[in-house]
Amino acid sequence: MTNEVTAEIRTAHILDMAAEGKRLDGRGPDEYRPISIEPGFVATADGSALVRIGETAVVSGIKLEPGKPFPDTPNAGVLTTNAELVPLSSPMFEPGPPQPGAIEVSRVVDRAIRAAEAIDLTRLCVTPGEKSWVCYVDIHVLDHAGNLIDAAMLAGVSALAHATVPAKRFGIAESDYPLDLQHVPTECTFVRLGDTIVVDPTVDEEQAAQGRLTVATDELGRVVAMQKGLVGAFSPDDVRDVVRRALVHGDRMRVLARGGRA
Amino acid sequence: MGSVGAKEVPVLLSPEGLRVDGRRLDELRPLRIQAGPLHQADGSAFVEWGANKVMAAVYGPREVHPRHLQQNNKAVIQCKYNMAAFSVDERKRPGLDRRSQEISKVIAEAFESVVFAEEFPRTSIDIYIEVLQANAGTRCAGLVAASVALADAGIPMVDLLPAVAVGKVAGEIALDLKKEEDNFGEADLPMALVPQSGRLVLLQMEGHMTPEELSKALDLGVVGCKSIYEKMKGALRDRYTVEPSAAAEAA
Repeated sequence: MTNEVTAEIRTAHILDMAAEGKRLDGRGPDEYRPISIEPGFVATADGSALVRIGETAVVSGIKLEPGKPFPDTPNAGVLTTNAELVPLSSPMFEPGPPQPGAIEVSRVVDRAIRAAEAIDLTRLCVTPGEKSWVCYVDIHVLDHAGNLIDAAMLAGVSALAHATVPAKRFGIAESDYPLDLQHVPTECTFVRLGDTIVVDPTVDEEQAAQGRLTVATDELGRVVAMQKGLVGAFSPDDVRDVVRRALVHGDRMRVLARGGRA
Repeated sequence: MGSVGAKEVPVLLSPEGLRVDGRRLDELRPLRIQAGPLHQADGSAFVEWGANKVMAAVYGPREVHPRHLQQNNKAVIQCKYNMAAFSVDERKRPGLDRRSQEISKVIAEAFESVVFAEEFPRTSIDIYIEVLQANAGTRCAGLVAASVALADAGIPMVDLLPAVAVGKVAGEIALDLKKEEDNFGEADLPMALVPQSGRLVLLQMEGHMTPEELSKALDLGVVGCKSIYEKMKGALRDRYTVEPSAAAEAA
C-alpha cells in the first residue's frame, strides 16, 4: 500500500531518472513493456481477447444483438463501447457507478474505433430504418499496472478482428459470418516526466506525470483521435514528436491485433 | 439464462447413465486453479471450471469504505460478485443486479464464518469476484477462487472453503451441473464446506427434491468439495513451493 509520503519520494525519483533518460523498470523512453494477445479468451462472447502490456491485463468481449438503428443513421448499425474499471483490478478503484476515469477510457477507445471506421457500420444494417445489429464492445480491466487506454484499445480491436456476427443464432441469415475489420486503429499513450516524454507509462509514472497524451493512428498513417489528460502541457513540437513515435508503435501493435507476430 | 438457439430439451442422461458431456453422475467438470495471477491485488486466484472462467482478488485488511461500516472489534468482510457483460449468451447489462447482490451477500457471510476477522479490528477485507465466462456454478467457482485469493493474501482462516453445486437431472442426483443441466434440470443446490469441521457455510437450493434425494445430494456435495479442496491446496502449493536450489541461493 503506497501512502502519500512514499508516493512523493517515488515521484521525485522517477523525475530524476527521467532527466537522464532512464526509467524505474529499466526501459528506455520509447520502449513498451512486453505485449501479448490471447484472442478468443471468452467463449460466450462473439469475439474476445485478453491483452497484457507488462503487468496490465485487460479482457474485451464483443456481443452483437439485433436492434434498431438510430433515426439519424437509418442505414447503419450501432456501436457501443463500455469500459469497466472494476475494483478487482486496482486498490485505487472503488465499487459504484463508473468513475470519470472509466468513462474517459470508454470514450477515447470508442472515438478511435469510430473515427478510424474500424468496422463498416453500414454492413451491420439489416433493414434500413428498422433493424440493424448493435455491436457492444465491453472492456474489463483485470490488472491495472498503468496505460489502460492502450491496453483497452488493443483488446477492443483484437476482439473485433476475430469477431463473428451471430446471424444464424438470431435467424437473420443462413450462417454466421466474420465481422470485417476494415481499419485497425491503435492508441499510443505518452506521459511527460520533466523534459522527457516516455511511452507506455506504469501507474507510478502516471502519478508522477506532468501531462499525458494519447494518439490513435490507423494503418494508413492517419491520426484518428487524440486525448490529452492529467495536469500538464505539451508544446506543438512535443505533439509532432509524439505522433511520429505513435505511428511506429501503432504499426507494430496492428500486426499483433491481426494475430501476427511483431 | 436460456440461450437463443437451444429451446429443445436435450437428453440429459443416456441409457448408460452418462450426462450431456459424458460425465458420470458423481464426476466433477475439469477444474484448474491458479493462485496469484494478479499483480495489484493483495491476493488473487483464477479458476477455470468446465466452461466457467472466474477471477477473484482480495484487498486488505485495509481502511473501510464506506467509513460507517467500520467495526471496532473486527474486520468487515465485503464481497462484490460481478458478471462481465460478455460472460453469458445474451449480453448482460453491466452493473449490479439483485442476483449479484444476493450472491455477494451469501459469499461474504460464508467467509465471515471462517476468517479470523477479530484479528483486524477497524479494517475491511474486500473480496472481488469477476465472472468472465459463465456456464452454471459461477457462485461456487467464485467462492473457490475467492478462498484461494484470501489464502494468497495471507488472511488467517480456519480453513479453505471448497464449494460445488449438486443438482437433479433426469430424476437423478448429479454433481456439478453444467449449463444445459442447470437450465433443464429439476433442482440446484450450491454448497460450501469447511473441511476441518464438516460443516456447510453456504447452502442454497432451488427446485424439487424429496428428503431422501436431498440427503443424497448433501453427501455427494461433501465428497465433491473434498476433491476440490485438494486442488485448492495444490494451487497454493504450486505458487509457494520454493525449489531447494532457489532457496539455497536466496539464503
